[in-house]
Amino acid sequence: MNPQELRSAFLECLVAVAPDIEPDTVGDNDRLQEDLELDSMDILNLVAALHKKFGVAIAESDYLQIATPGKAVKYLQQHTAA
Amino acid sequence: MSVFKMPSLGADMEAGTLVEWLVKPGDSVAHGDVIAVVETHKGAIEIESFDTGIVERLDVQVGESVPVGTPMAVIRNADEAPDAQVTTPDTGKIPPQEVAADADEQTDQTQDVRTPDADKQLAHKQEVQQPGIKPAIAAPAAGTRAPQLASPAARTRAAEAGIDLSDITGTGPGGAVLLADVEQWLAQGKTSSAIIAQEVPADTHSRHPVKQGLDMAMMRQAIATAMSRSKREIPHYYLSHRMDLQIATDWLAARNAACDPEQRLLMGALFVKATALAVANVPELNGTFENDVFTPSEVVNCGLVVAMRGGGLIAPAVLDAGAKTLDELMSAMRDLVARTRTGRLRNSEITRGTITVSSMGETGCDSLLGVIYPPQVALVGFGTPARRAWIVDDQVLVRNTVAVTLAADHRVSDGRRGARLLTEIERLLKEPDQL
Repeated sequence: MNPQELRSAFLECLVAVAPDIEPDTVGDNDRLQEDLELDSMDILNLVAALHKKFGVAIAESDYLQIATPGKAVKYLQQHTAA
Repeated sequence: MSVFKMPSLGADMEAGTLVEWLVKPGDSVAHGDVIAVVETHKGAIEIESFDTGIVERLDVQVGESVPVGTPMAVIRNADEAPDAQVTTPDTGKIPPQEVAADADEQTDQTQDVRTPDADKQLAHKQEVQQPGIKPAIAAPAAGTRAPQLASPAARTRAAEAGIDLSDITGTGPGGAVLLADVEQWLAQGKTSSAIIAQEVPADTHSRHPVKQGLDMAMMRQAIATAMSRSKREIPHYYLSHRMDLQIATDWLAARNAACDPEQRLLMGALFVKATALAVANVPELNGTFENDVFTPSEVVNCGLVVAMRGGGLIAPAVLDAGAKTLDELMSAMRDLVARTRTGRLRNSEITRGTITVSSMGETGCDSLLGVIYPPQVALVGFGTPARRAWIVDDQVLVRNTVAVTLAADHRVSDGRRGARLLTEIERLLKEPDQL
């Protein structure tokens, strides 16, 4: 997947977890917890959705690396590279 | 024959609007079966049958406002003869023109006076403003088309399947799309021509879309009513205790490191389980106080305060929380929170709470001093866990800690007994294997 596709797919997971978030308004530097108001339950559901979609199981110790959509897409790129 | 009446939906609710019958005359029902869906400011609530038997007739029609206590249906025992006079509700009671007229009024967001008419209008507004449904069902504030009538169940199913409700022919009153219509459409293997995600008009772009505003007004009013009643009637006392959470923190990290995301636990599940087990030692904190009488509960139906994005709180209960394993509890909490946000709670979940837990979460403040949800008699608050300098065996160490508070009804318990709950929670959180 190229970065654009990764980003789209990531946003799909995000919106599935938080349906009231409009994907077009999400910025790459928006912090998931503080700016998009995801709580720990939402984050866990998001990580589970990403696991399902990308086959990447993000460890709790790596959560900081997916703190924003920009960071998350980078992380997914690194972990899905063949 | 028995008359099934609209059950109470909690201290802060007086009526709902019927949006869907899930049974028809002649169907068998058992105690606990969901037989109808009622729209309220807490979303769509599934109403459970109290009786077991056969549906004789339905006395309320889709779209009607149903105050608590209203006869809704007649259920006959399996061995009774059917009534020769069975009448079926006539369709088309809510003509489409009437809904369009209500749609025009949706721009009025200052309405917070709750009269039966207001309930009905607000319910119509709510019917077209389910969170998670992007405006392929365009917001009437954009002014171009009338809202698609559909039941909440149909909306949810359509959203899950990624299809546009306006592609489906509705068989409900006024052409409303019902769940059965969506299921049938899907079974025929059709795909939707409109892709929901694309139809966002530029002027409704926001993190907290306009459609949330109306639900929030009514929810805010209900919260105001319940909290005012609580402070007016319940003499609260408050206790606070900061506890060492390092053992639980380390235990949780180790456990989750070995699991896939789907099997991980949240600290919140440990908080709820510890509370549910601890309160077994202090029964005067678990139950309901009504008509000057405290009724303790055998089971712990633990309410969870769920914050809605954009404002508002709902506190549905996990039934029999004390009997669940941590994994079962985590599963139940995920399910409950998901359904709270999409509005698919059951009336037993919003009325049978016996104690409530409110948790500040990862980002918040030190301690949470709450307001008891009547008719309960206690509310346990967990602040945001934080590292602190802490004395362990005469040494000063850095430990993760959390402040836990108890708000309790002084008519039923006193401080010494309340303190017992907090010290017991502390003990249990130091032995997470026991949870």
